[in-house]
Amino acid sequence: MASEERSMNANMLSQERCAEIFDRVRRAAPDLDLEVTLAGGHSALTRWANNGITQNVREEGCEVSVRAQMGGRTARATTNLLDDDGLRDVVRRAEALARVQEEDEDLLPMLAAAEAGESAVLERFDDATAVLGAGERASQVDAMVQVARREGLNSAGAYSNGAQFEAIFNSRGVARWHQESFAEASVTMQGDDSSGWQKRNYTRAAEVDARAMAEIAAEKARRSARPIEVPPGKYTVILEPSAVADLLGFLAADFSGLALLEQRSCLHGRLGARLFGENITIVDDCAAAGQTGAAFDGEGQARQPLTLVERGTVKDVAMARATAARMAKSEWAGKLKTQPTGHGLSLPNESGEAAVNIVFQVAEGAAKSVEEMVAATGRGLLVTRLWYIREVDAYEKMLTGMTRDGTFLVENGRVTAGVRNLRFNQSVLKLLQSVLDLGRPGRACGEESFNMVAPAMRAEGFQFTEVTRF
Amino acid sequence: MKQVAEWALEAAVAAGASHGEARVVHERQRGLGTRNGRVSSAADSESLGVGIRVLCRGGWGFAATQRLSREGVEECARLAVEIARASARVQPHPVELLPEPPVVAEWSSPCQIDPFTVPVEECLDLLRRVDLELRAVAGVTLSETSMSFRRYEQWFYNTEGAAIRQTFITTGAGCAAHAFEGDSIQTRSYPNSFGGQYQNKGYELVRELHLVENANRVARECVALLKAPQCPEGRRDLVLDSSQLGLQIHESIGHPIELDRVLGYEANFAGTSFLTLDKLHTLRYGSDLVNVVADARPGHGPGLGTYAFDDEGVAAQCVPIITRGIFEGYLSSRDTAAVIGRERSGGHLRAEGWARVPIVRMSNVSLLPGEDELSFEDLISSTGDGIYMETNRSWSIDDKRYNFQFGCEAAWEIKGGKLGRLLRNPSYSGITTEFWNAMDAVCDRREWTLWGTPNCGKGQPEQGMGTGHGAAPARFRQIKIGGAYGE
Repeated sequence: MASEERSMNANMLSQERCAEIFDRVRRAAPDLDLEVTLAGGHSALTRWANNGITQNVREEGCEVSVRAQMGGRTARATTNLLDDDGLRDVVRRAEALARVQEEDEDLLPMLAAAEAGESAVLERFDDATAVLGAGERASQVDAMVQVARREGLNSAGAYSNGAQFEAIFNSRGVARWHQESFAEASVTMQGDDSSGWQKRNYTRAAEVDARAMAEIAAEKARRSARPIEVPPGKYTVILEPSAVADLLGFLAADFSGLALLEQRSCLHGRLGARLFGENITIVDDCAAAGQTGAAFDGEGQARQPLTLVERGTVKDVAMARATAARMAKSEWAGKLKTQPTGHGLSLPNESGEAAVNIVFQVAEGAAKSVEEMVAATGRGLLVTRLWYIREVDAYEKMLTGMTRDGTFLVENGRVTAGVRNLRFNQSVLKLLQSVLDLGRPGRACGEESFNMVAPAMRAEGFQFTEVTRF
Repeated sequence: MKQVAEWALEAAVAAGASHGEARVVHERQRGLGTRNGRVSSAADSESLGVGIRVLCRGGWGFAATQRLSREGVEECARLAVEIARASARVQPHPVELLPEPPVVAEWSSPCQIDPFTVPVEECLDLLRRVDLELRAVAGVTLSETSMSFRRYEQWFYNTEGAAIRQTFITTGAGCAAHAFEGDSIQTRSYPNSFGGQYQNKGYELVRELHLVENANRVARECVALLKAPQCPEGRRDLVLDSSQLGLQIHESIGHPIELDRVLGYEANFAGTSFLTLDKLHTLRYGSDLVNVVADARPGHGPGLGTYAFDDEGVAAQCVPIITRGIFEGYLSSRDTAAVIGRERSGGHLRAEGWARVPIVRMSNVSLLPGEDELSFEDLISSTGDGIYMETNRSWSIDDKRYNFQFGCEAAWEIKGGKLGRLLRNPSYSGITTEFWNAMDAVCDRREWTLWGTPNCGKGQPEQGMGTGHGAAPARFRQIKIGGAYGE
């Protein structure tokens, strides 16, 4: 057996092995209500710059997290020491942290199996991807470096793969387990005064076409050479899927019931009427093609599909069990569904829940290609990716950030030049009111948010406020 | 732990490594928090493992495991060597390490009160009292408090004979009030945003912060911001408080001086740097008043970037970064310093934990206080007209670290040398070197605070790291204000 494979077997715990650890934890405190979360696996990453590998790493591990509950008190302790002493100690620490708290009358009992719902089994594990070794990663990197050398460019990037599992068990019969593999590549091609970038992430390494990614990044670097400076102002923009995903990720946290209750969601005071353009429909669906993750939440509740936005109007928000219970007694009762949606975070937590399986929906036949969007634009900017996005205004949902690695001027339906990078200050709410065209949604990943199924987007009136020096 | 390291290093050498390092780390953390009076966080975690870094045929390999049996450790070491061999396949130049005498040493960060010995009841009781003070102000719609402790113990060994044990105790605490009304969500935090203040200290830090005594004030400021006028747009003289200035230093000095960025190693993720090698000793980074050091030595203070040795066994140093406005130094490691022909590493290689490879990181990158006596009151009274901004709200900078934009939680007008009206949604922006050249006053040591940034993200896979930034309030002439909200 190869070392990669042996190591994987030591850290990718089967459902049976997880159940056995849960039993050992329970024996340490048979009278306590306990919830045990297990997570682990391995991941490896090969990183290169200046057309050579500079860093090559691999990590493996597995941890057990125990939540103890006694009435209205709960706390969590986590360890990666899985022997009997380690498990006894982690239970003791969780219990000790919980025992000294004041009672919280609103704390719900642990989820019972009967109310947890049916959870789909999602097949997201590929053996070949999980055991892909350093030699194969080096070959993928070499393929991308060869493109750079051929084009006279300087490349940098990363290729990673691995496998992870997660499981949750509790004293009231909940027992869930999930495993998945991943392969991810990103590449930056740099010229003297320009650059281009691509990133992909899949369950199966076979889907990562490293050479094709390198060719696209190299083409962007070539086409953006000798960039011109355009003045700040409002532009029609064509945002490639990575840029769209990175912007929309900042909006996802607002689709949280607890955020509404705590008056920190930008949706507060904006429900009921149409908020976005009629061409905007967004769902949350963990089982959708192109999505990742388990079909259960941090308490073991089955994840349910949610229609977050339908033709521009907000329909649902995510709700953990506790949020749903509070919602039912709030001003929102009758206006929003008040059932748990299976999006709760591990307890105790500060944020309640999160919609993290975002899927943008675009009617078949309505989707436009990036080329068609360019052709439809009189004057605008084509944006490959965005960088260092931060929230400037929580209620207007105004974000700032920079363009990076391939920003182009579009004139009269054609890309005419690369441009120096610009800073934007743009409300995401206004952006989604100003969408002219959408592309075909696909699995998109940037570096500022989480992966989602997002399209390219053409929108008008995107606000750029400054230009940088390159 | 020595046994674990010996298994690792012997197996690595037997597999063909020309250099090997083993870092065994035992880490314990506790996080406590409240939100609107309820406990929102009560968590304790423990982790133990080993990270093994090797050179083989001039290529780097790193592997980490929590299986600390002889079989698990040796297998991990062999994997690290196998990975290094793969690196060497796609590598134009073999890695060179600058020589470093092996050290045998032990060091612990100073700590008066071990925070893990403080009863949890006492910690939660304090947080509840702070939370109550925040909510006592009408108009506050959400109150938050938090406290976090970390004990990080590391045993470092390498094939050159180094054996270094270091123990760090880190404490953090803070609170925040939020208020929503009409079309505005406002926040005020104390003593800093995003969790408060963090230092390599024990529970004594929590007591020094006087959270209860300050909670009511920040809550009142938060509610007042709802009715405050919008910060104007235009060019103004700008005074920054020391916490915001700490983040300004972090983003516009600390990151661009990282030598791995300069050499292009971060080009695909964190970015590169405008500080190309030709700018060393020649670039006027700032005005004559700008003196910046990267000082990891314990004498600099209990910063999150204070240590006795970095994570490849190089002793902590004070590296001059900007001296009287001139750019003088980079943050480096044994391999990056070799690339630019230095004689020794600057001692800035650090890892998040046992599972991550060490990379070039900031230590305490600090703006030295002014040499002339200048209190905060003196600074304001000598300003005439301008804007004073406090506490970070948002931060963004381009991938070469030229163009930045920061938002703050609150600002006050300065009129005739006095603080005036409260202003909401303040922001400022600029180009790094233009900004630092516009600095014409900095307060003296009495106003200087060593702030902790506990969550600096860098690297792939991404690593979080604590860094320190000392600063005193300072003034910058004719800075662009309010661009974030401009048309």
